[in-house]
Amino acid sequence: MADIQAGRLSSAELAENFADVHRPLDRAGALAEANRCYFCFEAPCVDACPTGIDIPGFIRAIATDNLGGAALTILKENIFGGSCARVCPTDILCQGACVRNVDGDGPLAIGLLQRHATDHLDPSVAHPFARAPETGKAVAVVGAGPAGLSCSHALARRGHNVVVFEARGKPGGLNEFGIAAYKLPDDFAQREVAFITAIGGIEIRYDQQAALDRLRQEFDAVFLGLGQGGVRDLDLPGADLQGVQNAVDYIAELRQADDLASLPIGASVVVIGGGNTAIDIAVQAKRLGAEDVTIAYRRGPEQMGATPHEQAFAQTNGVRIKHWLQPLRLEGDGGAVQAALFTSAQNGAEQSIPCDMVFKAVGQTCLPMADDDLQLADGRIAVDQDGRTSLPDVWAGGDCVAGEDLTVQAVQDGKRAARAIDLYLQDKKG
Amino acid sequence: MADLRCEIAGIKAPNPFWLASAPPTDKAYNVERAFKAGWGGAVWKTLGEDPPIVNTTSRYGAVAVNGQRMVGFNNIELITDRPLDVNLMEIKQIKRDWPDRAVLVSLMVPCEEAPWKKILAAVEDTGADGVELNFGCPHGMSERGMGSAVGQVPEYVEMVTRWCKAATRMPVFVKLTPNVTNIQAPARAAKAGGADAVSLINTVNSIVSVDLDSMAPTPTVDGKGSHGGYCGPAVKPIALHLVAQIARDPECAGMAISGIGGIETWRDSAEFIALGSHGIQVCTGAMHYGFKIVDDMIDGLNNWMDGKGYRRLADFHGAALANLVDWQDLNINAELVARIDQDKCIKCGLCHIACQDTAHQAIAVSGRGPARRFETIDAECVGCNLCAHVCPVEDCIAMTPVDNGKPYMNWTQDPRNPHASAAE
Repeated sequence: MADIQAGRLSSAELAENFADVHRPLDRAGALAEANRCYFCFEAPCVDACPTGIDIPGFIRAIATDNLGGAALTILKENIFGGSCARVCPTDILCQGACVRNVDGDGPLAIGLLQRHATDHLDPSVAHPFARAPETGKAVAVVGAGPAGLSCSHALARRGHNVVVFEARGKPGGLNEFGIAAYKLPDDFAQREVAFITAIGGIEIRYDQQAALDRLRQEFDAVFLGLGQGGVRDLDLPGADLQGVQNAVDYIAELRQADDLASLPIGASVVVIGGGNTAIDIAVQAKRLGAEDVTIAYRRGPEQMGATPHEQAFAQTNGVRIKHWLQPLRLEGDGGAVQAALFTSAQNGAEQSIPCDMVFKAVGQTCLPMADDDLQLADGRIAVDQDGRTSLPDVWAGGDCVAGEDLTVQAVQDGKRAARAIDLYLQDKKG
Repeated sequence: MADLRCEIAGIKAPNPFWLASAPPTDKAYNVERAFKAGWGGAVWKTLGEDPPIVNTTSRYGAVAVNGQRMVGFNNIELITDRPLDVNLMEIKQIKRDWPDRAVLVSLMVPCEEAPWKKILAAVEDTGADGVELNFGCPHGMSERGMGSAVGQVPEYVEMVTRWCKAATRMPVFVKLTPNVTNIQAPARAAKAGGADAVSLINTVNSIVSVDLDSMAPTPTVDGKGSHGGYCGPAVKPIALHLVAQIARDPECAGMAISGIGGIETWRDSAEFIALGSHGIQVCTGAMHYGFKIVDDMIDGLNNWMDGKGYRRLADFHGAALANLVDWQDLNINAELVARIDQDKCIKCGLCHIACQDTAHQAIAVSGRGPARRFETIDAECVGCNLCAHVCPVEDCIAMTPVDNGKPYMNWTQDPRNPHASAAE
């Protein structure tokens, strides 16, 4: 009998497990940390930030008690500065490039400082950015995730009107449905979207299945921020057994659950994959009360898509990571999964891990919108350096195009495309 | 183990670390704790005439720099606010209980001979080792014609010193205010009046900050502020200079110096002694961390002296004075160039931007990211040290002597100086 139960932990335990994973800095902590910044010349951290935030600039503003200025310095390059402060893999981005890694004192806590600044944006100001006069142009944006809304905000600032077509019933994209719950607690994704759209000129329509040819007829330009709607298949005997499911589906369900105690989770859980999604589902399973969670990855730690920081985070949460295990088949009893079988990539030996649930986390795929003229590259939408697709009035960005699958990269893609769309609209007479 | 015993103007103490006349020496309770902790002496907080003065709340302001608290400190407190007989009784008891420690008493009374005579007699009765005339406090008391109001007029300094020397057998220290244009004038006046020693510096006139919400200087008393006396590590460079000015003045020769001003460590103390102080006094350091800091002052000075082979304080007393010269005597032919250790460099670029924006455009940058490299352009480098100061990595930038084969030549000999005496 598979041991799958809801409510393994008390609501108090669940509340603690899914509360903010990072404690925010208080004023004294922020000042002390900000004062560690050397204020480098052409700072390496800025080069390492996909959105190019003036990091030494905002840190200096924190150090001088100019928190409002610090927040604007961040938000003018990255309107999702609040969520990026929480979800960015800073160890491989800004903090990885900090010169203080080299002198041995450890990098600045740039993510925490960015959060401190954006959390203290003056709440009495409805929105810190003003819109340019209305241009009369209208742009369709597909997808209300970071790429789409970053693009929308930048276009709205330039005076264009934006209609966002969102397939789900809620905005936020991965911030709302995909990121681990303890990274963005307290409905942060929704609060951030409300802040971003408060600039005006952005209408979001939900539960939309937009058709590209119609959007191109009705709007002056189109931006596609589709994300990755598909899940890469794991063609494995036994994959249809009960208790086997896609990690992203379970995470979306968890993110939308009103009561975490209502989520059934196995006593023993196996996660197949090696990316950040694998880490997120494994840790959340553990924090829901799973007793034994194993990530099985087919190659070594260096090849894992999850950053070293994320791997260590999983391990300190009691998740076991096993490397060099090639999945062979899933075995069940009475239709429910009972064990996952692997071949060791090192010695070819078979290994069986008993389990009540299996999560597949071997990657996601882009489901591009049907249009014969929209060219793809490696299954994603092909774009030039400005994010323009093979269609002259269509741009794309975020996870549906090639590049790092990061929130911060999606924000940059949207911002860069907005700049190009704006130039295009200026040139397009009438 | 080096011998740390010190003697100033005939007053002996087991070590040169004394507490300055200030809140830490206001009561027997504090001084007792200080002596238990190991301090070599104490200058009792300034006594005045009864009735005692009244203090305000609040009294202290502070300057923090980049999170380092109390780099600078100021106060608007006056002299002791306790009755004279209470202080005298406690001084007597402390001196009786701690005969090996130096106990001096700071004094401040109106600028007339009778009150000075009267209070000196009372202090003499306590058995205290000496007195320190407070001509230094720049706030409050100076408005009443005392403290720095006396110290800023050399004639008054000399006059009061002479009265005191005539009235007591105790050694007389004169505490000087730094709020003057030339410290040598009041120092020479003290000498002329017969002073055995000078103590300096007292605090510097200051407003430490303005509260931009209430638009009042801090510390704030019921919405108003007043200038106060500035001290703490930030004033040490000023104090070192003024001590040295007196130590190298032939007209002040023979007068002992008790160095004061931002001293918190054995190293600070050694620097004061090397520039001519016979002993030192501490206040802010103790107020910041408590009396325990004297442990490392004693231990550190001992270890440093042992390492240098100095057996007693006299072995290095004034040792740096020989190398303190007027600018015109510096060797204008000496040449340094910055050398950046590429193995230690963390590529922060602070040296480059400092030199580029504000100095001599002598540090070139090449490459980008982790591969970027900063190197001195020797032909442009004037050896100013700015890059070495801004560099956050210890010993990464070395100012290296250039062997240019040129002999010593100072500005008075330099042919580029229109007023130079003929070279050769």
